[in-house]
Amino acid sequence: MAKIIVVTSGKGGVGKTTTSASISTGLARRGFKTVVIDFDVGLRNLDLIMNCERRVVYDFVNVIQGEASLNQALIKDKRVETLYILPASQTREKEALTQEGVERVLNELAETFDYIVCDSPAGIEHGAQMALYYADEAIVVTNPEVSSVRDSDRILGILQSKSRRSEMGLDPVKEHLLLTRYNPDRVDRGEMLSVGDVEEILAIPLLGVIPESQIVLNASNQGMPVILENDSDAGQAYEDAVGRLLGEEREHRFLTAAKKGFFSRMFKG
Amino acid sequence: MSFFDYFKSKKKSTASVAKERLQIIVAHERGMRDQPDYLPQLQQELIAVIRKYVQIDDDMVQVELDRNEDCSVLELNVTLPEHQP
Repeated sequence: MAKIIVVTSGKGGVGKTTTSASISTGLARRGFKTVVIDFDVGLRNLDLIMNCERRVVYDFVNVIQGEASLNQALIKDKRVETLYILPASQTREKEALTQEGVERVLNELAETFDYIVCDSPAGIEHGAQMALYYADEAIVVTNPEVSSVRDSDRILGILQSKSRRSEMGLDPVKEHLLLTRYNPDRVDRGEMLSVGDVEEILAIPLLGVIPESQIVLNASNQGMPVILENDSDAGQAYEDAVGRLLGEEREHRFLTAAKKGFFSRMFKG
Repeated sequence: MSFFDYFKSKKKSTASVAKERLQIIVAHERGMRDQPDYLPQLQQELIAVIRKYVQIDDDMVQVELDRNEDCSVLELNVTLPEHQP
């Protein structure tokens, strides 16, 4: 039985696609057969982050409309054996994602895959609702910043009222908070909401904290999922998050600022 | 906190301002979320009825639904203008 995980946030630019790429890569690296689907019709970008933009022939909408088979549209990742990418259409309208069409494709994928990761578009409109509708679990990507936290709360409301699980009265979608672009230095200085603050406001379990890191931009520049940067803090934080997603107990790391010397503590705030 | 911070006036950090603002707005929006969809329209129609008799502005009618365990209370607050003809 495949598990469907949506990566969502409401707000744009907080790291949904980066997270989708890393979480799916992390799951596949552990041997799970995983597919990551780009739901952002019209603004396709997962292909760039996964470095397969030149291998896209058919897309999600082609499959929904019967113009291509799933096998024709799925792109096999070149780095991780059991990872596949289903790209979004660049030319169609968002409405091309019909509920029945999405359900049909997900059902077909569920026959052979262990994990289906849905990379949601920003916003709370049709595309975002389609991405979360069939989800079993949701990773809510949030930056420690007012507009992102508020939008995350909004999307939690939609998960609780407009998902298949809520409409059918099943167990609710399992929610996970992933805090990204976290800067412990700024938290220490009282300039940034802390993990505890965001947890308290959103009141959902914490899956992980990804520190703000230059490595994230460097990785996306090259089409490399951050999680494959094994030596980096952000890469390791994503690996920890994948472990927790699978039920492992892992202590949260990278939450505190680097220790400062005596003089810098005395003279710099 | 540095040594010199002890001499500065105690000012609230921007992060704690952010937290307070978020707690208020999120609580408010969660309250709205649980309300039935018909509430805004109910409010509009109530205003229309009252206007047949008294001139009031849109923001002078407040409709709120409080849900308790065994019953719900629809609270209607109408502010009438001061001098009635």
